[in-house]
This record gives sequence, structure tokens and C-alpha cells, in this order.
Amino acid sequence: MEDPKNNDGKPCPCAGDAAESGNKASRRDFLLKLGVGLNVVAGGLVAVPILGYALNSFAEKPDLQWIDLGPIDQFGEKTTRLAVYDNPLKRSWDGATAEIPCYVRRTTGEDFTVFAINCTHLGCPVRWFEESRLFMCPCHGGAYYEDGSHASGPPPRGLYTYEHKIATGRLLIKGGILPTLANPNV
Amino acid sequence: MSKSPHIPLQKQAMEAARGVFLWLDDRLKITNLWEHTGGHMIPKSSASWFYVFGSATLLCLILQLVTGTLLAFVYVPSGAEAYSTLEYLTYEQPLGWFLRGMHYWGSEFMVTIMFLHMTQVFLFGAYKYPREITWISGCLLMLITLGLAFTGQVMRFDSDAYWGLGIGAAIVGRVPFFGEQLVHLMLGGPIIASETLSRFFAIHVFILPGSILALVALHLRMVLTKGINEYPKPGHVVVKETYEKEYAAIIKKEGIPFAPHGIGKDLFAAAIVIGGILFFTAFFGPKGPSAPPFPAITDVVPRPDFFFMWIFAVAALMPDWMETFGLLAVPPVVILVLFALPFFNGTGEKHFSRRPVAVIVVLLVYTAFGVLTYLGITSPWSPEMRAWSADITPSSRVLGRSPLELQGLIVLQNKQCRNCHAIEDIGGKRGPDLADVGMRLTAPQLARQVIQGGGNMPAYGKNLSPYQVDALVAYLSSMVPPGRKPARDSTVPSYPAPETALRGSQ
Repeated sequence: MEDPKNNDGKPCPCAGDAAESGNKASRRDFLLKLGVGLNVVAGGLVAVPILGYALNSFAEKPDLQWIDLGPIDQFGEKTTRLAVYDNPLKRSWDGATAEIPCYVRRTTGEDFTVFAINCTHLGCPVRWFEESRLFMCPCHGGAYYEDGSHASGPPPRGLYTYEHKIATGRLLIKGGILPTLANPNV
Repeated sequence: MSKSPHIPLQKQAMEAARGVFLWLDDRLKITNLWEHTGGHMIPKSSASWFYVFGSATLLCLILQLVTGTLLAFVYVPSGAEAYSTLEYLTYEQPLGWFLRGMHYWGSEFMVTIMFLHMTQVFLFGAYKYPREITWISGCLLMLITLGLAFTGQVMRFDSDAYWGLGIGAAIVGRVPFFGEQLVHLMLGGPIIASETLSRFFAIHVFILPGSILALVALHLRMVLTKGINEYPKPGHVVVKETYEKEYAAIIKKEGIPFAPHGIGKDLFAAAIVIGGILFFTAFFGPKGPSAPPFPAITDVVPRPDFFFMWIFAVAALMPDWMETFGLLAVPPVVILVLFALPFFNGTGEKHFSRRPVAVIVVLLVYTAFGVLTYLGITSPWSPEMRAWSADITPSSRVLGRSPLELQGLIVLQNKQCRNCHAIEDIGGKRGPDLADVGMRLTAPQLARQVIQGGGNMPAYGKNLSPYQVDALVAYLSSMVPPGRKPARDSTVPSYPAPETALRGSQ
């Protein structure tokens, strides 16, 4: 009988080995299986820190604190004005991206509404127009009334509002999250 | 002295060089590699001007890798620093503006040429059997290229980039169940901040370029294993059983090595592409940066780069009810159809003259892209934020008006009506032009429209005093072009009254 050969005509080492001894072949086989098994375990172990690191912002729920917007006297009655707060979760290298704007509307006394600046359609910054008492979006033409309700255009709902409270004459809000339709209560 | 002593020296040098090459070739098998790559055989008909777009796209990629790496020498991907390094690159770093320009125009060229390549491949039936993987890897390359274009727009960290991220987050935020988590994953935290920029930087310079190189290798590998598409002939159909034999026969009969005999047109196109990028850079310079990426600056009009303008337009024009569906479900379906194309349309005619549906699809896609891009650039649906304070009123719209009407004009201007309503084409285009509104609406209709709004106009009832409404309606009623009649109520008898008309004719 002819020896099994490779294409180039040299004897095939594996076939030779198998003929030589069944023991060695089964040891190779075992080592291969062990090697694959160990690497599956190692891969799993490597995946834990890598995925944990990369997906951390997917899983983490930010713990929001009250942010001081200043004494309520600076917001006149029957007015709406822009206020800027420092993102409570900011990093030192955030620069001006940590200065988050919002619109504070005071009707009378302690009746406040604090709107996010982001249009509910696709997130562009809405602009307040004192004279027509409208918020207008520069992207797709959304408009909102002064109470934040939808006035015209594509937005699916009124402006997002911040949770707020008044303590010792100061206006406090809970902020630091970009509001989206998935998370409308900033 | 005579030349004779030099000749042996030259010969010696040649021999030595030959020896070095043979030694290298023995170790590295360069000749063998060349025969199977650059020198592979292609059908003579494929050395066509229509076949230059693939290599031109690859050339753009190489240029992008070079200019991008050089920009990374200076650029700092940090929320606090990115904008100042962009300004430094543009205004202070010697030739920094030129490198920024080359990278910007290189991206525009790359996306354009890539789509031309894709169109050519589609119209020439090159995606058909047995080149399915060539097509699919090309589709993936297209997606990665668009990903590079989007993340690259974020690298130019100005107000457009900042709000572009906001728009991206708003779209992701529409995903059911996991919307919030996905937004935070995309932004690297709960809000757009420095970590967002770092994340996009890593995607733009490591993840996507790495993936694109791997896929280019696969794409080219497929070109080598299954061959470049032959120039299709009308009536010549692809049949799975016979195609590969036919292709082998073509190569045998009229095959030429890609390099040097088939590469001439590619080289010519490459020079034009490089020249084009240099020309656009030298004459138009880099794009931006526009206003700094400070969220507290609300005086901005965010707009995407050219290639995403059509999406911007679609987002404005889609009916409200299909928006979430259109933004989230349609793109994956379109991508799936593209991927599946060689499997449901893998045989038959290749030539476009026998494929009317393919030609119509291409015409429709290009028309839609062109129209939507034009609309995105002009954005007629956006209010013009400065129209009320900056736009002029034509003198013919002021002269000869009564004091009440002029008061109405002031109301019109002060209440920002002009942001959405133009007068003789000056002002916003969201609502109708008011130049002839007195011809279309009667005074009571005008008052109702102003007070109650409707038809996409906000209601101004709470915001205008009765006197202001009176004045505004008086002014708008006066907006009747010369020689035309004002609007009238159809329930009121027309003038002159019938009996008057009768008397007149007697």
C-alpha cells in the first residue's frame, strides 16, 4: 500500500503519526481541545473588563443632585429668560461644553417652569422670542408657546422640563442629562 | 579616455542589482506576489473609463489616512481644547489650513466617488453571480465611509458638531425600550461633553479606519479571486452554471495584466482626483470651524455637512406619524435590501439597456438626493431668526398707508411675523408670502387666522391686544397688488349689485 502523500509529494506527517501510535494522536487531540477550551474561558474573562469598560455608560444611571440657579429675584415675574448652569457631572477638561443652558419661566410668585433648550423634534437649541412669546427652533421649524406647549411644526410634544424646587429663596433644578424622547424628564 | 572601461562597470552594477533583486525575490517571492496582485489578468474590455471609480475611491482613502494622521499631530480631542486647536491649525500652524482643507475636500471627493463607483457597479451588473461578497463588502465599505464622514464632522468640534451630536442623540432616543441607555452609550455619559468627543475621536481614528482597511483587503481579495466584471453586453445573460467558464474564456482570449496594460486610465483618474482636491483646497480652503461648541450660545443655526443634508431635509418633511418609523426602521431595511441584492437579482442581464428598473431606481435616487439636498440647503421650513429685526420692508409696502395700517406694519415687524412670512420674498419662507395676502383673505378671516392660528401657524390671540389685531388686519388687508381686487366674502352679494348692473346696461 502506498503512503498517504501531500500534494507536493512529501509524506503527510499527521498520517504518519497516526500510523505510528494512537497514544500520541489522542494526546494531540486532547491538547487541542484543552487549548480551545482554555481560550474560550480566557476570552470570556477578557470580555468582562472590556465590555464593562466600553458599555459602562450604557448601564450606569447618573445620580442627579439639585443644582442652584440662583436667587429667584433675578427672574422677573411674567418673564422667561435664559439661565446657564454647570453640569454637575462635569470633568475638568469639558471646557464650555459643561455650561448647560435652560429657559426659566416665572409667571407669578413662586410659580416657575424650567425648560430644556433642546427641541423635542431632533434636539436643536430653541430660541426664545420675547415679543411673540414663542420658542422657535432653527432646524426644522418647530415652535412652542411660552408655556412650552407645541405651537407648530414637527415636534411630537411640548418642551422638556426640569424638575425644580425653591429653597430659601433660591431656584434649584435637577439637571445634567440630555433630554430625549426616551428620557423626557431631565 | 574612451567609453570602454565604463561599460563593464555599468554591466557590473546591473549584475549586482539583479543579484540583489533575485536574492530578495527568492526570499520574499515578489514576482509571484506581483503576478497574483497588480499584474493579475483582467478582461481587456474592463480597462474602461467607467472602471476608474474604485481605484479613485481607494486613492482618496489613502490621502485621508495621510492628512488625517498629520492633523492628529496637532489636534487635541478634548471638549476644552479641540476648538482652540482647530483655530490654531487653521490660522497659525504653517500649512495647517491646507491640511485641514485637504482632509475636508478629500472626504467630499471620497464619498462622491464612492457613490459613483457604486452606481457604476449597479448599472453594469457587477454585483451579480459570483461577485456577491465583492458587493456586500462594498456596501459595508460605504457604511463605514459614511460613518467616517459623520464622525469627522464631529472632529470639527464647533457648534454644528455639538448640535449634530444632539440630533444624533435625539434620533437614538427614539429607539424603544433602550433609547435612554443607547443615548448614554453614544455620548459616553448622560450629556454631550468631553467624553463624547473622545469617544467619537477613537471611532474616527482607530475603529473605523481599522475596519475600512480590513474590508478593503477583503474587497480587493474578491476582485482577485472572482475577477473584475467584464464590460457587459446587451443580451449576454449571467447563468450560474456557465458564467465562470465564460469568464475564464474571456480572460484566456483577451486578458491583459491590470498593471501595466490596464492601469493607465486609473492613473489618469488618480491625477485628476488629486488635482481636484488640491484645487478645491487652494480656492475654497477648509470648512469652518464655525461658532465655538458652547451650548449656551443659542444664536446658532445647526446644519449638517453636504452629504447628510438630505437626511436633514427628510426629517423636516416627513409627516409626523411616520417620523420615528422613518428614522429608525427605514435605514436598516434599505441596507438589508442592498445586502440581499446579489441574492435575489444575481443572474440574468447585466447591461443597463436591458434593465429598466435598475435605471429608474438610479434616476429616482439621484433626483431625490438632489432635490432633498437643495431643500436642506435652502431650508424653507426654518424660521429666519433675524428677519424681524433685520429684513427691510419694500417702500411700496409703506408709502400711502394710513396711520392705522402703519401701526399694523410695526406690529407685524415686532411680533416676529417676518421670521416665517416674507414680504415680496424678503423674510422667512415657512408661511405664505404676505405681499398679496389681502387678495386671498378678508379682514375677518385675517383676524381669525392671527388670533386662533391654524394650518401650522401658532395662535397669537393671547399675545396681541385687540387694538394690535385691528391694526395688523388693516395693514394686511392693504396688501393687494396693483390692479387686483381685495378678497371678499362669498356670502355677501358681489358689487356692483345685480340691479345696478342691470341699470348700467340699459
